[in-house]
Amino acid sequence: MSKDKKPVETTGHEWDGIQELNNPLPRWWLWVFAACVVFAFGYAVLFPAIPLPGGNSKGTLGWSSRAKVEREMAELEASRSAVLKGIEQMPLADLPKNPALMNAAIEGGRSAFKVHCVQCHGSGAAGGNGYPNLNDDDWLWGGDMDSIHTTLTHGIRHPGDDNTRMSQMPAFGKDQLLTKAEIDAVVEHVRKISGQESNAALAPKGAGIFAQQCASCHGDDGKGNRMFGAPNLTDAIWLYGGDRASLHNTIFYARNGVMPAWNERLSEATIRKLTAYVHSLGGGE
Amino acid sequence: MTAFLQSGIFLLFALMSLFMIATATQAGFAVHGVIILIASLLAFVTTLGRLKPATNGGWILQDHSNGGYDDAVIKAGLIATVFWGVVGMLVGVVIAAQLSFPVLNLGSEYTSFGRLRPLHTSGVIFAFGGNALIMTSFWVVQRTCRTRLFAPDLAWFVFWGYQLFIVLAATGYVMGITQSREYAEPEWYVDLWLTVVWVAYLAVFVGTIAKRREPHIYVANWFYLAFIITIAMLHIVNNLAVPAGFGPKSYSLFSGVQDALTQWWYGHNAVGFFLTAGFLGMMYYFVPKQANRPVYSYRLSIVHFWSLIFLYIWAGPHHLHYTALPDWAQTLGMVFSIMLWMPSWGGMINGLMTLEGAWDKIRTDPIIRMYVASLAFYGMSTFEGPLMSIRSVNGLSHYTDWTIGHVHSGALGWVGMVSFASIYFLAPRLFGASRVYSLRMINWHFWLAMAGITLYTASMWVAGIMQGLMWREFNAEGYLVYAFAEVVAAMHPYYLIRLLGGVLYLLGAVMMAYNVWMTARGRIRNEAPLDAGQPYNPDQDRPHQDKPLAPVSAGAQPAAAE
Repeated sequence: MSKDKKPVETTGHEWDGIQELNNPLPRWWLWVFAACVVFAFGYAVLFPAIPLPGGNSKGTLGWSSRAKVEREMAELEASRSAVLKGIEQMPLADLPKNPALMNAAIEGGRSAFKVHCVQCHGSGAAGGNGYPNLNDDDWLWGGDMDSIHTTLTHGIRHPGDDNTRMSQMPAFGKDQLLTKAEIDAVVEHVRKISGQESNAALAPKGAGIFAQQCASCHGDDGKGNRMFGAPNLTDAIWLYGGDRASLHNTIFYARNGVMPAWNERLSEATIRKLTAYVHSLGGGE
Repeated sequence: MTAFLQSGIFLLFALMSLFMIATATQAGFAVHGVIILIASLLAFVTTLGRLKPATNGGWILQDHSNGGYDDAVIKAGLIATVFWGVVGMLVGVVIAAQLSFPVLNLGSEYTSFGRLRPLHTSGVIFAFGGNALIMTSFWVVQRTCRTRLFAPDLAWFVFWGYQLFIVLAATGYVMGITQSREYAEPEWYVDLWLTVVWVAYLAVFVGTIAKRREPHIYVANWFYLAFIITIAMLHIVNNLAVPAGFGPKSYSLFSGVQDALTQWWYGHNAVGFFLTAGFLGMMYYFVPKQANRPVYSYRLSIVHFWSLIFLYIWAGPHHLHYTALPDWAQTLGMVFSIMLWMPSWGGMINGLMTLEGAWDKIRTDPIIRMYVASLAFYGMSTFEGPLMSIRSVNGLSHYTDWTIGHVHSGALGWVGMVSFASIYFLAPRLFGASRVYSLRMINWHFWLAMAGITLYTASMWVAGIMQGLMWREFNAEGYLVYAFAEVVAAMHPYYLIRLLGGVLYLLGAVMMAYNVWMTARGRIRNEAPLDAGQPYNPDQDRPHQDKPLAPVSAGAQPAAAE
């Protein structure tokens, strides 16, 4: 900019004190503009670009976004197909004995879990209030490969699936099977067998009611029964909370949570991968 | 006669709003009826109050002008610009905080992100940006045509009508009245009102150009006119809709991907003609005025104006890459965006090169510094735009916060800075002061805004690219690696940085509001002038030559230049 130049003329007009110099277009600006236009025309020749009667121009490369995604999906399927077939055909119980297939299934399950399961069970599978933690070995309906697979396939209390996991704890208070005082006594008993601080005067009365009303599903010792999805009440793991208010609500209204039957939405291979993943989380039996 | 007609029309609007209130089945529609009723009654009463008997026995509206330019409406526009700017940016900070801490949605639909987000975008684009454009265009067109506004009363109607549009749109969003079209959320009756106001605006602007006292139309006016005409066309076509009865709900005339294309034809050209062409008009007047230098190149201004106008209108489909939109339309959207790069940069070159011979003013004049920064950000975002329109780049950037970063480098950097600088230019002139209350506060505003923009855009670039990469991350077995929620969790630190950037930017705007307020009250802050030191004098900066050394006496000063 420091080299001597002839002073540039103005256009001779003036608006509110503003004048305009008559500098030529910057050369580099013009060339880059031209290059962009050339690129645009070249790209429009190579790729679908021009709407014409009877269909748009296809471009000399024959590229289309739909063909591209189909090709990529096909490549992905091809690279996975041997493994998928293996996962699908092997008896489920044998899968853990085959480390290569099992690892592939776990990785696929990890990915599917992040799409379909994290909404309720959390991205770490640690669950939440009403949604079981899948990392521990406290299983409601069983933690071996086949049990997990059945639960995933048919869901829990899923309407419309005849094979769904089904059980129904009565709403003892709402349906007036027990009085509030009786429920309070059962709460104290449950707190006692789960090792929490409890009311020594009420708990024995609760034990009697428990034996009559609850033991058929939860067992005499309260350790639960996987046939009915009845939780173990003697450990420190609670699906809906082990404090007095939560226990009272659970017995008064009952809970009866629902999980979808995934065979309505996922392929058998994906359900098996999810089975392997959930099995691998720490509590698999 | 026309005076009575005017007040009659306002009365008609009042009656119509009564009908709205009476037939409303939804509370929001009734609230809008009440707002329109109050506005039209106020307009009716003010018009009646200005009626004066004319010499010929009829009645006329009193003219308050004193023979100068019609600046009162511009003064009102300046105040509205500053007010809506602070409000719109404040809502922006609130929703940025909501994205970082969802509990701030407060569990109420009225304060949820979904309703406040359009309040922010419309607040800053249409309320702040729109008022800035309208008021500066009224200033520029009068000065560069050396004539008063055509129909000054209509200009006042444009001002108040536009504020009513803003209030109806904003209250509508909060009450859930929305078309769910980005940047075109207001429902059909608010759209109709804006159409009336906009046509009035066009009439004032074109009328003023038509009665100009200069032989030629200055370049700033080309850009303003392109902005006004194109926005009218975009607004009308994109909002073609069938109301579902007399209530706050309508259905678009278009459906499916045609609707999407219409919407992004509108959306992209709202950027192109509202946020680019309009503000280039502002730039073309205020930069040469403030720098006191001639515009760099008349030829460049012609070529880049027409190429910008011709190319911009086709670039919309790049918002719909990898969607149901046919590939050929996506391709055209992309290549037109790439051709748009240099036409956009023509404005930056013309602005920056206008400072040739006056670059030292960046050091001493914080207003010029704002203009330079705004042009630099304009250049950056108009390079980034074509880059992001490339199909494969868009495959990574689309739906991520990279887009948010891109928009804000343009909005905070270009639109915000050029508007702030023009507000500082106009405030002393409109309020009759020798200068703005405090130049040092402008300096503070500049640096706060720069720090805010840097934090905002840098954090959103990093966050957006990270987000795009995490979404598409495949492991060796061919499965996606991250859950959506894991990506959201990874964004949290960047959302905090963005929030901080927004707070700094808002702080600068609040400082501007105070500065303008004090200027309006006629105050001048007693402060040291902004300067980096003594001017350099090469004649003194040389070794001693002829005279012998003078004896140095105690406390002697160096000899001053004589």
